[in-house]
Amino acid sequence: MFWQQFTNWISLGAMYAMLAIGYTMVYGIIKLINFAHGEIFMCGAFFTWWFMSVFHIPLPVAALLGIMMATGLGIAVERIAYRPLRNAPRFAVVISVLGVSIFLQNMARIIWGAEFQVFEVDFGIPPLILGTVIIPFKKIFIFGTSVICMASLAVFVKKTYLGKAMRATAADWEAAEMMGINVNMVIVLTFAIGSAMAAVAGILFAVNYNSIDPYMGFNAGMKAFAAAVLGGIGNIYGAMLGGLFLGVVEGVGSAYISSMYRDAFAFGLLILALIFRPKGLLGEGKTGE
Amino acid sequence: MNKTRLDDLSGGSQATSGDNFLQQGVMAALAGRLARFSGIGKIALLCVFLMLPLMIQSNYAMRVIIYICLYIVLAMGLNVVMGFTGLLNIGHAAFYATGAYTTAILMKQFGMSFWLTVPAGMTLGVVLGVAIGLPTLRLRDDYLAMVTLGFGQIVYIVANNWMGLTRGPRGIADIPSPFLGWGDWAIPIDSYTAFYYLIFSFVLFTIFACIRVRDSRVGLAWTAIREDEDVAAVMGVNLVLYKTMSFAFSAALGALAGSFFAVFQHFVSPNSFTILESVIIITIPIIGGLGSIPGTIVGAVIMIGLPEIFRAASEYRMVVVGAFMVLMMIFKPEGLFGKKQFQQMYKA
Repeated sequence: MFWQQFTNWISLGAMYAMLAIGYTMVYGIIKLINFAHGEIFMCGAFFTWWFMSVFHIPLPVAALLGIMMATGLGIAVERIAYRPLRNAPRFAVVISVLGVSIFLQNMARIIWGAEFQVFEVDFGIPPLILGTVIIPFKKIFIFGTSVICMASLAVFVKKTYLGKAMRATAADWEAAEMMGINVNMVIVLTFAIGSAMAAVAGILFAVNYNSIDPYMGFNAGMKAFAAAVLGGIGNIYGAMLGGLFLGVVEGVGSAYISSMYRDAFAFGLLILALIFRPKGLLGEGKTGE
Repeated sequence: MNKTRLDDLSGGSQATSGDNFLQQGVMAALAGRLARFSGIGKIALLCVFLMLPLMIQSNYAMRVIIYICLYIVLAMGLNVVMGFTGLLNIGHAAFYATGAYTTAILMKQFGMSFWLTVPAGMTLGVVLGVAIGLPTLRLRDDYLAMVTLGFGQIVYIVANNWMGLTRGPRGIADIPSPFLGWGDWAIPIDSYTAFYYLIFSFVLFTIFACIRVRDSRVGLAWTAIREDEDVAAVMGVNLVLYKTMSFAFSAALGALAGSFFAVFQHFVSPNSFTILESVIIITIPIIGGLGSIPGTIVGAVIMIGLPEIFRAASEYRMVVVGAFMVLMMIFKPEGLFGKKQFQQMYKA
């Protein structure tokens, strides 16, 4: 029974981790939280659903198109809400991005309706049976996709030239600019990668729960933010660890304490983390200062 | 903003003293005129508002006006934290819910008088405000926003699930009307007119309290924190104390609005205190101008009144508001009526 549930928690945690990476990457570069991240997650799922249900495009192609559109949206958010305010007080930027988040959420509600939409995917592959534990293929798919995405991101950041530029910009913006790094390009790239990861997470979320709605971005976004803070914001490996940890905590909490307060565990954990260990599990810097 | 940046190094305040009017914009100047309105003008305005129920016959219009007043109280409370002190709070509906549930439960279960439940709700709001304020004070703007958002969501989840206390999603119905006076002379407050006078007195109390606090030592300390925390701390402002006070004051006003909401609706349920509610409240002072009292009032009229007039387009309200928030922060970050803050004038 425990291991059966454990597979659920881990696949959920992997989704949170994917989403948390977007928060952490953007934070690492521009030192600001992207409030619209949860909305991009939601839009990624909705675009994919839209291509699938309206144009009857198969999932892999629809997902690819959905991810591309969500990435474009992420870049647009950076262009519209962040870039004009780069030298403005932080307070103004937060309000502006909050405005983007409200805009996207309500736009989605008007376009696609406030109800749940069915996101039915049938892989046609039998579940994996390990002794008494039955693992449905979609859980394996979710976990596998997340691991592949995260691993390739880690390699990208560690090994490639652009990844190096990103790390340099995160470490010291001005010095990076003096070294000839196009900081604007790096910021756009960061938003693009974060948004693409968010869209993948959104699609996986839809595959897992078989339903999507315009408000799904809020809760998932909050939890992923909690995961990012838990892992140490600005640290990609921390976000991965934080996401998995949060998935397990939420699962254990709802299984053994109370399933009604399921969402409250993540938020409670966020507040506790900020009070007692603001730099997170793997964080090196200080948070919120 | 200012072309003579080098001069600012020596004396920033002198640079603006001359062209104050132009720098602050026409709207802000207008708001200043309004605030300095002569005594007779203020009394005349008060009389107009007092006679409003006599002039307006439609129950629907009265209801809208009552809602505008309710949101003025809520937004004023938020304005204390956001406008005066410069701390973000996206969980104001939590305090609103606290007041509403306190009044509902105390009146329904314990048969207490409305007038006793108001201070009880406000006290509980203050406790909650301190509880959320204290641990999060070291956090910066964006973190504070996220934590207060999470806090608001926790209060909503608790209201939705604590069946024994709040009856969960079914809500608490049949909350009795408040009475004014005792024994045989008790006047029930149950008509729209009576509720209007009740909320109008709350609005007056809120405006009075906000102005008095803003102009006091505490208000000066808040302004100092808003403009520059580090400088304020160096000048001897106790950051923890004053930030907590700001949260507590704001929470008390939020709870006051909640108490009114409970008796006005005769029904409370968690659905009235969702994140969307917090978001609507937060947009009011932003539109009007953070820190500005007339701005907050106008903001409430725009946010609550306009969607009622343009009923057909009310679905698009939040879309327009979202876009408006972005544009406002880019082109006019001080809001319609707000004054430019020191930060905004001198930082880049």
